[in-house]
Amino acid sequence: MKIHEYQAKELLKRCGIPVPRGNLCRTVDKVRRAVAEKGGTAVIKAQVHRGGRGKAGGIKVAGSSEEAAARARHILGMDIGGSTVNKVLVEEVVDITEELYIGLINDRTAQAVTLIASREGGVDIEDVARATPEKILRYPIDPLTGLREEEARNVALKMSEDPEVVSRMGALFLKLYALYVDTDATLAEINPLAVTSERELRAVDAKMNFDDNALFRQPDILALRDDDEEDKREIAAGRQGLSYIRLDGNIGCIVNGAGMAMATMDMIHLYGGSPANFLDIGGGSNPRKVVDAMRLLVSEPAVRSVLINIFGGITRCDDVAKGLIEALASLEVNMSVVVRLSGTNAEEGRALLERNHIPTAASMSEAVRIAIEMCRQAAAGENRVV
Amino acid sequence: MSILVGNNTRLVVQGITGREGRFHARRMKAYGTAVVAGVSPGKEGITVEGTPVFNSVERAVERTGANTSIVFVPPPFAAEAIVEAATAGVALVVVITEGIPVRDMIRILPVIKRYGTRLIGPNCPGIITPGVSLIGIMPGDIFTPGRIGVISRSGTLTYEVVSHLTQHGFGQTTCVGIGGDPVAGLYYLELLKMFEGDPSTDAVVLIGEIGGDAEEGAATFIAKCMTTPVVAFIAGRTAPPGKQMGHAGAIITNAAGTAAEKIAAFAQADVPVAEEPSEIHGLLRELLP
Repeated sequence: MKIHEYQAKELLKRCGIPVPRGNLCRTVDKVRRAVAEKGGTAVIKAQVHRGGRGKAGGIKVAGSSEEAAARARHILGMDIGGSTVNKVLVEEVVDITEELYIGLINDRTAQAVTLIASREGGVDIEDVARATPEKILRYPIDPLTGLREEEARNVALKMSEDPEVVSRMGALFLKLYALYVDTDATLAEINPLAVTSERELRAVDAKMNFDDNALFRQPDILALRDDDEEDKREIAAGRQGLSYIRLDGNIGCIVNGAGMAMATMDMIHLYGGSPANFLDIGGGSNPRKVVDAMRLLVSEPAVRSVLINIFGGITRCDDVAKGLIEALASLEVNMSVVVRLSGTNAEEGRALLERNHIPTAASMSEAVRIAIEMCRQAAAGENRVV
Repeated sequence: MSILVGNNTRLVVQGITGREGRFHARRMKAYGTAVVAGVSPGKEGITVEGTPVFNSVERAVERTGANTSIVFVPPPFAAEAIVEAATAGVALVVVITEGIPVRDMIRILPVIKRYGTRLIGPNCPGIITPGVSLIGIMPGDIFTPGRIGVISRSGTLTYEVVSHLTQHGFGQTTCVGIGGDPVAGLYYLELLKMFEGDPSTDAVVLIGEIGGDAEEGAATFIAKCMTTPVVAFIAGRTAPPGKQMGHAGAIITNAAGTAAEKIAAFAQADVPVAEEPSEIHGLLRELLP
């Protein structure tokens, strides 16, 4: 789960990590007043989850409250990567002498929380990693001891020559690590971490992601979720136990298993078609899930044909067939559907479908070809009508 | 021959009184697996599907000599269940549970390592040595004994691949589902090493997917250390970046973890990569006399 910059900074501030003074504003008027209070100079930052806010023009410095209002008028309502900006963070301008990078991640290979630090802050850390990997320090943290004081200090010593800054940074690492572990974070990034002319530290930008699987024990984090930033249909599908991701094609897919669902998308592309979605209905036998999945796809205007690809293990193919028959009877489905069933009770499932005149395919590749052909015919039919 | 599971496997089912645990205990038994015990705190004395239930793994090991465990315990309690199996001296723990927080896995991995316990999963379909033993939720009838080892991050995609292998005369020594989570137990390197050392495995099929860089590591290892040929398949060539594709570990972040990078790494290691599951048996045919 992702949160906004202003929310991440609130979490940092609460655990004693210094952040610039700021206000969250939803209207131009509020921005004008907030900037006036800050003495007329401020940074206006669009609050959306997508990266690339700066490049999109969503971050601007203003030298007066009137300029800030003009900037805010432009930023509020702006579209950044599909998200509409409906709030901005108005912050004091930090006098920066140095920009550093600090991050915590779960390193898959080290199987440990890993502290990443670099003196090359303020830019995309991936670019630094590609161009000059030697400028990035990586410290896997022993999960049994946690980050220890002298380790934190040792990393800080490599980041600054100023003893005052080193001591502040060591303390910051410990606080950030505690926050990361306590909140089941999967990413905590401060970029840049500014060193001011007073030799103080400020988290000028902050980003945090959290483990979806841990949200059951993180009610305070869950409360930070911004539903405006999520795809409504993907969230609704998630509540029904469906893992759903919308894509830009026109062949709807219903698959059991994440790997199989990805392989199905890939194969549609390989054969010259374009999938409308990723949809994993998961394991277990529940005809309801097929009905829910069909309802979801029927509501998507782009979908021209539907491909159901099931390899039954725990999932019983006859249950899938029953779910589909129920869906076709209860929903208005005006697109072609092709079904591939293999594995547990596949024959029973196919017999049910054939009795109901629902097209079946003998293999995954045959099903993909048929779905692409159905999609072409549907498009051709529409063109004729036009 | 096989790896990890075989004739000596004696299985304890953790969470046997739950719906999934009960169902799969029966299926594993029907396949021929020696399911010797179940664990469910407070339920000692009852039997489930003819299997005696104990209060703890320790008791189950003491009474039945169980040496392998399968975990169906719900996510909030699964990590502790794994530690319990390790401290009771279980040599191999297979975790089916999906949705265990990463922090829990990071915390317990060094602990179970200390006990010398091997872990498969979590969020995996299990392990099967066809014709001998099934420790998992896979449909046993699509597998057949033979000479191919299979390692996979996926469940149903493995069934798809294996059904093609079986249909085309390539039986399997052992198939291992390593799971779809970002932090897990035994992974490509350890398992490739085991298959390399298994005299009856003549080739390995590796089924990877987007997210992380373990496939790249596997490619390097294969090029340097393996004489057994490997064929790979990578799911998620067309997955959009920044979206978690079902599995917690299947996500492209900051342009890292893409299928293209993994495929390039295998190409460099001279490992053929199938474009679709039905190509794998053809690639094996070219590599095997």
